[in-house]
Amino acid sequence: MTTTLNRKKQPAIQPPGKVSFPNPEIYQLTNGIKVYQFNTGTQDVISVELVFAAGSWFQQKPFTAMATNLMLREGTRNYSAQKLSESLDYYGAHFENTTERDNAYVNLYSLNKHLSNTLPLLSEIVKNPIFPEQEFKIVAGKQLQQLEVNRQKVNFLARTHFNSIIFGNMHPYGMYLQPEDIGNITTGELGNFHKQRYHSNNCFLIVAGRIRPGLRNELEAHFGGDDWSGNAGLRKQHQPAGSSEMNHFIPKEGAIQSAIRMGRLMFSRNHPDFAGVKVLNAILGGYFGSRLMNNLREDKGYTYGIGSSVVPLQDGGYFVISGEVGADVTKDALSEIKKELIRLCNEPVNESELSLVRSYLSGEMLRAVDGPFAQADLYRELIENNLEINHFEEMMDTIQQITAQQLQDLAIKYLNPENIHTLVVGPEQF
Amino acid sequence: MIEFDRFTLENGLRVIVHHDASTPIVAMNIIYNVGSRDEHPDRTGFAHLFEHLMFGGSKNIPRYDEPLERVGGENNAFTNNDFTNYYLTVPGHNLETAFWLESDRMLDLAFSTKSFDVQRNVVVEEFRQNYLNQPYGDAWLLLRPLAYKVHPYQWATIGKDPAHIEQAGMDEVKEFYKQYYNPCNAILVIAGNVTTADIRQLAEKWFGPITNGSIYNCNLPAEPIQTEARSLIVHRDVPYDAIYKAWHMGGRADQGFYATDLVSDILSAGQSGRLNQQLVKNLRLFSDISAFISGDIDAGLFVITGKLMKGVSLEDAENALQREIENICRHGIEESELQKVKNRVEAIIEFSEMRVLDKAMNLAYYELLGDADLANSLVDRYAEVTVNEVVAAAKQIFRLENCSTLHYVAKN
Repeated sequence: MTTTLNRKKQPAIQPPGKVSFPNPEIYQLTNGIKVYQFNTGTQDVISVELVFAAGSWFQQKPFTAMATNLMLREGTRNYSAQKLSESLDYYGAHFENTTERDNAYVNLYSLNKHLSNTLPLLSEIVKNPIFPEQEFKIVAGKQLQQLEVNRQKVNFLARTHFNSIIFGNMHPYGMYLQPEDIGNITTGELGNFHKQRYHSNNCFLIVAGRIRPGLRNELEAHFGGDDWSGNAGLRKQHQPAGSSEMNHFIPKEGAIQSAIRMGRLMFSRNHPDFAGVKVLNAILGGYFGSRLMNNLREDKGYTYGIGSSVVPLQDGGYFVISGEVGADVTKDALSEIKKELIRLCNEPVNESELSLVRSYLSGEMLRAVDGPFAQADLYRELIENNLEINHFEEMMDTIQQITAQQLQDLAIKYLNPENIHTLVVGPEQF
Repeated sequence: MIEFDRFTLENGLRVIVHHDASTPIVAMNIIYNVGSRDEHPDRTGFAHLFEHLMFGGSKNIPRYDEPLERVGGENNAFTNNDFTNYYLTVPGHNLETAFWLESDRMLDLAFSTKSFDVQRNVVVEEFRQNYLNQPYGDAWLLLRPLAYKVHPYQWATIGKDPAHIEQAGMDEVKEFYKQYYNPCNAILVIAGNVTTADIRQLAEKWFGPITNGSIYNCNLPAEPIQTEARSLIVHRDVPYDAIYKAWHMGGRADQGFYATDLVSDILSAGQSGRLNQQLVKNLRLFSDISAFISGDIDAGLFVITGKLMKGVSLEDAENALQREIENICRHGIEESELQKVKNRVEAIIEFSEMRVLDKAMNLAYYELLGDADLANSLVDRYAEVTVNEVVAAAKQIFRLENCSTLHYVAKN
């Protein structure tokens, strides 16, 4: 018996199964710190992450939040910077510290077999940093050089300036680092910021990986005491004050590509239109097969890559289209992007494209729960926005059910080109 | 430990299956044994351009991406000096679409003239974005031909010059496909909640009918031993001076590979690496500096690169760097220092196997090197290395006449 293989026809498509979003085990340490625990994964490793409300939102002066976070591992009450690095490296631990606009993150990745040695180091780093002058000079010097190098890149300039255009350069989401800011901070100010923001009343913990018995007791011993309490205080409010000018240009002499940013203020995850706009964004520029990629890359060859995204923050958010295009086709690229925005406003998306996007986004949600670290990343966003796991279930429902008409309504509401700011960083006025 | 089953189809396609029931995602990875080292010197950047064309439609399927996206899948690919790697993830219940897509583009390509024209443009824009329109972006384009005079590692995967890509002709591309894109020149890995029996059946069904083509034997000229130090100085519009130094080392399969890799770790793994402690923190000559190996299959490069602090002279920076190198060669290293970098390597390997896609890629790569099981003995290979072997490796590499140096000098 032989069956001929029909290579023209795609194998039967199975409908997406229900994504089961993993619920972490949640408990509190004695001092009130909440712990979210994902016990899963095939490797004998763990990630222990502390999330502090200590992002740039809370700083009085630029660079304070970032510098404080960078300096955590540069010397503590009981360890010199060198001793800390030696010890972390000796146990193969990977320590990651980052500062975002709302929060600051301190993450230890460790083999379970070395956790008893690495966890005390993490505790030392977050609780007892001393901000030595000498080490700060080195860290600040490095940051300054990195910033100077980044300022040569059209993409970096576009990213930083775009945020200041839509939020205003006095708003914490719009402010960006200037070289002179770096020399303008003292270690005393870092110490103060640490005292105000890095304490047990201003953080939560996410642990993910293979959870060994007794971990809770270890976390309790290192982080559960009243030795590092503080007062979180109220979160200040800031009003965005974006530019009234819609078109912006920053010259970059000699650049052979222009970096493009187009976008506008949007909203946080809590907004009722968030899920719908995610779908709309996918159609426009949220995946490889999106309209922007199809038009500007696959049809015209203007760019190596162009895309759009919806970025939710704690107090608001924004929508942005970004890409680097050949300098000579900058004008054409802008007009094609505009055409795509108008098309979304004027024509309902057809069923074939919509079903493609539904499937793609469902797959993306599945990938987002693939493995312990991915699960922790996904769940962290919920906690940061005071949302529950049903947020993702509702997003899945919107992805499956939103209609072409609703999407067109959202496009008219949010993506009218008249309300979109445009920034070009490139070689000549366009 | 990544457990796996392995079998070969009649047409020579090697298939590896790893079972992991912890995720609904299944990963598929295909390596073709062709990279930029296999290119003609006047047609560089070809293997990578070709990777782009593989998405432009195959014999029976006009577009690659869309059907995969329609089942919730996602894919990408990369090309390096040695091989071209295509990978995707897909919700497990729609795995067959991945077999359908990948087998058709192994069967025959059918991209249009338009797709060809557009992808040449896209690759030229990629060249500009990543190499020409970036500060220090062309450093590797300069360093490679300085270090290699004969072996094709003298050009980067993106190519020597965008002109090579712009001039590529349709016939050449088709010839390239015929020579390299054959089942016997490929390795297929599936990782996820699957059984070997099911994968065998799917592989036979979709890949089995593809005719085998001829095995490609990579037979490239070895790079002659370098007998005198080389140097190049360029002036560019960048904010800080930078140093790039490359020494010849052995290939991936060479005896000394693991010891050599650990030399680079001693110098710069983590924050506690010697170069960071001495040259960045204590002497404050560099703002950052790192040592690494290129990791190529043929004889590769041991590289140290760093950016100087403002006001530091290239000569002072070079001298200090040279002292660190001599320090290892003359005074050796401590047992505990070696243990530290071994522990670090062990953790890195463990963390490199977190997702099914990581595991599929690792298995494919080590099978290309000769045996997928190498993925499971890596930790031991590193653990076996002795202090004496590390010092011997350092002495072997860090000979003055073995070095090529690029000084990337800031204008003004």
